[in-house]
Amino acid sequence: MSIASKEYRTITQIAGPLVFVEKTEPIGYNELATVTMPDGTQKRGQVLDTSEDFVVIQVFEGTTGIEKAAGVKFLGETMKMPVSRDMLGRILSGAGEPIDGGPAITPEKRLDISGAAINPWARAEPKEFIQTGISTIDGMNTLVRGQKLPIFSSSGLPHNDIALQIARQAKVRGSEEEFAVVFAAMGITAEEAQYFMSDFERTGALKRAVVFMNLADDPAIERILTPKLALTTAEYLAFELDMHVLVILTDITNYCEALRQIGAAREEVPGRRGYPGYMYTDLATMYERAGRIKGKKGSITQIPILTMPGDDITHPIPDLTGYITEGQIVTSRELHRAGIYPPINVSASLSRLMNAGIGPGLTREDHKAISDQLYAAYAEGKDLRGLVAIVGKDALSERDKQFLDFADAFEDKFVRQGTDEDRDIETTLDIAWELVAKLPINQLSRIDRKYIEKYHPEYRKSE
Amino acid sequence: MEKHGTIYRVAGPVVTATGISPRMYDVMLVGEEGLMGEVIKIDGDKTIIQVYEETSGLKPGEKVIDTHHPLVAELGPGLLSSVYDGIQRPLPVLMESMGDFIKRGVSANGLDRSKKWKFVPVVKKGDKVEGGDVLGTVQEFYLTHKIMVHPGISGTVEEIREGEFTVEETVAKVAGKDIMMMQKWPVRMGRPFGKKLLPDIPLITGQRVLDTMFPLPKGGTAAIPGAFGTGKTVTQQQLAKWSDAEIVVYIGCGERGNEMTEVLATFPELEDPKTGEPLMQRTVLIANTSNMPVAAREASVYTGMTIAEYYRDQGYNVSLMADSTSRWAEAMREISSRLEEMPGEEGFPAYLSARLSEFYERAGRVQNRNGTVGSISVVGAVSPPGGDLSEPVTQNTLRIVRVFWALDSKLRERRHFPTINWLTSYSLYTTGLNGWYKENVADDFPALRQWAMEILQRESELQEIVQLVGSDALPDEQKMTLEVARMIREIFLQQNAYHKVDTYCPLPRQYTMLKVIKKFADLSIRAVEGGVAVDDIVAMPIRNRLAKSKYEETIDSELEAIDKEMAEAFDSLGGKA
Repeated sequence: MSIASKEYRTITQIAGPLVFVEKTEPIGYNELATVTMPDGTQKRGQVLDTSEDFVVIQVFEGTTGIEKAAGVKFLGETMKMPVSRDMLGRILSGAGEPIDGGPAITPEKRLDISGAAINPWARAEPKEFIQTGISTIDGMNTLVRGQKLPIFSSSGLPHNDIALQIARQAKVRGSEEEFAVVFAAMGITAEEAQYFMSDFERTGALKRAVVFMNLADDPAIERILTPKLALTTAEYLAFELDMHVLVILTDITNYCEALRQIGAAREEVPGRRGYPGYMYTDLATMYERAGRIKGKKGSITQIPILTMPGDDITHPIPDLTGYITEGQIVTSRELHRAGIYPPINVSASLSRLMNAGIGPGLTREDHKAISDQLYAAYAEGKDLRGLVAIVGKDALSERDKQFLDFADAFEDKFVRQGTDEDRDIETTLDIAWELVAKLPINQLSRIDRKYIEKYHPEYRKSE
Repeated sequence: MEKHGTIYRVAGPVVTATGISPRMYDVMLVGEEGLMGEVIKIDGDKTIIQVYEETSGLKPGEKVIDTHHPLVAELGPGLLSSVYDGIQRPLPVLMESMGDFIKRGVSANGLDRSKKWKFVPVVKKGDKVEGGDVLGTVQEFYLTHKIMVHPGISGTVEEIREGEFTVEETVAKVAGKDIMMMQKWPVRMGRPFGKKLLPDIPLITGQRVLDTMFPLPKGGTAAIPGAFGTGKTVTQQQLAKWSDAEIVVYIGCGERGNEMTEVLATFPELEDPKTGEPLMQRTVLIANTSNMPVAAREASVYTGMTIAEYYRDQGYNVSLMADSTSRWAEAMREISSRLEEMPGEEGFPAYLSARLSEFYERAGRVQNRNGTVGSISVVGAVSPPGGDLSEPVTQNTLRIVRVFWALDSKLRERRHFPTINWLTSYSLYTTGLNGWYKENVADDFPALRQWAMEILQRESELQEIVQLVGSDALPDEQKMTLEVARMIREIFLQQNAYHKVDTYCPLPRQYTMLKVIKKFADLSIRAVEGGVAVDDIVAMPIRNRLAKSKYEETIDSELEAIDKEMAEAFDSLGGKA
C-alpha cells in the first residue's frame, strides 16, 4: 500500500503546522502522510481535512524547512504504533522513536493510536484501593485502579515530586502484582526531564517503565501525538499483557497549547480563551482511555498533571479536565510557602471513586466517617482563621479555639510527610483519629457511635 | 434503483456529500462501511452530514446513501432495562459484535427482534380506535406495557390477535393497516398528546432538601447546575434511584465512562423501594460517554426524550435525567463550528436557546388521548465552565426551567451532602403544590417549611455579624437561633446517600423530623428566656440523640420517643418557667 502510493508536488499553502495540498486522489480522513524535502529529509503528518479539491496535513515535526517544491505521499492508513513487551525500560521520543541509544523495537503488534472508546457496558467498576502512601490521597482522596485522577498544580509547586512519589509507592495491598509505569512528558524542560529520569534510575523504576519524552524545544505539534502513543502502549500492556499500568501525563497545559496552536493555524472559530471548541472532546478521548474492562486482568490508571495558568482553577484547561476526570488533587501555594510537603489542598481536592474503594474489606470500616469528619472540621478551622485575622484569637469561644488548633495540627501532622515516607492506610487513619481526638466527642457528628467506641483514642486507652 | 451520492469532503464528524438532494435531518449511510449520519445543512448541491461514528479513513469519492427516513427511535416492549448508546444501539449487543471497544459501521436494532411477548388484547373486533388508544397489553417486568395504536392511524379494529408475538409481528389490523407492537418515531419530534395539565402533584424523591424545601412536581422541569465536583452526579443518581416515577430514563450525555459503569453496576443491585425488584427493570439507560462520537451525543437527548414520551403516552410517570445538557450544548457548538456558522455567545450557535426550550417543553403532565394521565419530569444537569452561572447554557436553561437546585462546592468542602444550597435554590412550584402537601401530609406542612426557611435566612444574616464580631458578642437568643439553624442543616438538610437508612426518607418522616426539630427550637427559646445557658442546651443528650436518630433502623419510633421525652429533658435543665 504505502510503497506504491503516488507522490504529489502540489503544495499550495503552508501555514503554521499545516500544509495544503491540491489535486490529489481521494485521501482518507486522519490518514498518515510524509512530506519529503528536496534534500531528502522527511517529516510526518496527518490529514485533518480532506476533500476533492484539497487536503490539509498537520505536520508533526513542524513545517520549518518545508517549501512548495516538497513532495507529499499519503500512506493509505491512519497512524499506528508498534508495541511490544520489550518497550518496558525504554526511553522514546515524543513521536515514539527510541532515543536511549538502544536497539529498535521489534513490534509484536501495530495498533491504531487514536484508540476506540471502551464500550461503557464492557467497563468494570474501578474499586481496588491503590495505596499511594500519601495520607492526603489515601485517607481523603482515595485513588482506585482504573481511575483518572489529575494533579492540578501551579508553576513553582512540587507536583513532580508528588507524581514521582506516587509512581514509587503505589501498590494494591495484598497483591504482588507490580505497576508498570507509562510516563509521557509533553513540552517539559530538559531539566525537569532529567529530574524524572534520575529518579526513575535511582529507584530502579525505569525497568518497569516506558518513557515518552517530548521536550520543550521539540515541535509543539508532536505533543498532540505523545499522549496518544503513550496510551496506546498502556492499553497494550494492560489489556493484552494483563499488567496494571499507571500512566503519568505531564504537562497537559502544554498539550492544550499545542491544540490551540493548530486551531489558530486552521482559522477555526475559537472557544473560550482561544482554545478550540472541541477541546472537551479531545481531552475526553485522552482521559477516557483509563479504566478496567470486565474479564481482563489489567487496568489503566491515569495521573495527568497540569499547571493552572495564573493559579486559576476556572481556566478552561483545569475546568474541562475536571469535568472528565474522576476528581482532582489540588496543590496549594499557601501550604507550600508554609513549608509543608506535599502541599495538597484537601478541601479543593476530590476523588469521585473514593467511596467505591474504601470501607470494610477494602480499607477499614471507619474510613469514610473519619475522612468526612476531617473534611468538616478542617473546613471549619480554616474559616475561623479568617475570623481570627479580624477579631483576634481571644474573641473565639473555647469550641472555636479547638477547631482552630485542629486545622493547624491537621496540616502539620496529617498533610505533612516526607518525600520517602510511605504511610500505610492504617497509619494514615490512626493519625486522623489522634487529630480528631483533640475535639470534643460530641462535636464528631460525622462519625457513628460504634466507630468512636472502637477507634477513638480515648476509648482505646481505657481498654 | 437507489441513487447514490458521493463524499466531497471529510473534516472530523462533518461530511459533505454531492449528488443527492435529501430532506433535512434524514439519515444517510456514509461511505463503504455505511456509517450513520444525519443531514444538518443543505447548501446548493452540497449536503452536509453529521456522522455518528468515527470518520477516520473516510475518503472523498465514497458513496452516500439516502435512507429517506429521519432518525427514529424504536418503541415497544423491551425498552426497559436496556442500555443504549446515543442512537439507540444496545451496548451489550455492540459488545457482542465488536468486543470491548466501540468500533464503527455496526448497526443494531433498538428492540430485540426475536423475543416473543405475550399479547393480551383489550379491544375487540369492530371497536373504533384512534392513535394512542390501547389495543392490548404485554407484561414488561412489573410494568403493564400498553400496546397503542400508532399515532396517525384511526378506524375500526378489523382483526385482533392474542398470543405470543415478536415486536414485528402483526397483532391487530386497524383500517386496513397491520399493526405491530413496535412503533418508530422520529426523535426530534414530540409525540402527540391530548392536553397539558397543571403540575400539582409532587415527585417524591425521599430527599429531604428536595421534597420539603424545593419540590419538583410530576411533569416539572428542574436544572441542577454544578461546577465539577459539587456532587451533581450523586444527586441525580439519588433521584433516579428513589423518585416515585414508574419509569426512569437516564441519559448519560458526554459524561465519564466510569460513572456510567457505576450506574450500570449499582442499578441492577438496587431494589426499587416499591416493588422490591431491581431498579434496572424500570430504567432505560442511554450512555454516550465523552469519548464516543460527538454527533451521537447530540442525538442522545432526543432519543431519551422520545422513549420517555412513549411511556408517558401509556399513562406512566417518567422521570428523565439528562446529565449533562452542557455536553449536549457543546456538541451543538462543536458541530456548528465545523459548519463554520456564525457563532453566538461564547461560540455557541445562535439557535442554542431555541433547542433548549424545545427540549424542556417536551416535559409536562398530560392528559393522553387514550384517557390516561402521564407525565415526564425533566431534571437537566448543566455544567457551567468554571462554575460561572452567567454562561449561556445555564442562563438559557434558567429561563425555561422552574426549579433550580443550586449545588455548591463550598458545601462539598464541608462534606454537607446533598450539596444543595438552601439560600440560592428555588422552586416556583411550591405554591401550586401546597394544596397537595396540606391534604396528603399535614395541614401545617407549608408553614413548617416556611419556618425552617426563615431560620436559615436569619442564620445567614447573623453569620455576617459573627464574621465581624465573633459569636460571643451575640445575645443568647440569637446564639440559639444559630444553633437551631445548625440543627436544621446538619440533621434535616444533610442526608447521607450511602447510608442504608438515611438514603431515603419518606415524606411523613420528613415532616416528623422537621416538626421535632421545631419543637426543640421552641422549647430551647423558652429555656433561654428562662435563663438556661445556650451551651447547656446544646450539650443535652437528647439533642445528640436527635442528631443521630436518622441513622437508626428504628428511626420512626426513636423520633416518637424523642418527641415524648423532650419536654421533660428541658424541664430538667431548670430555668424559670
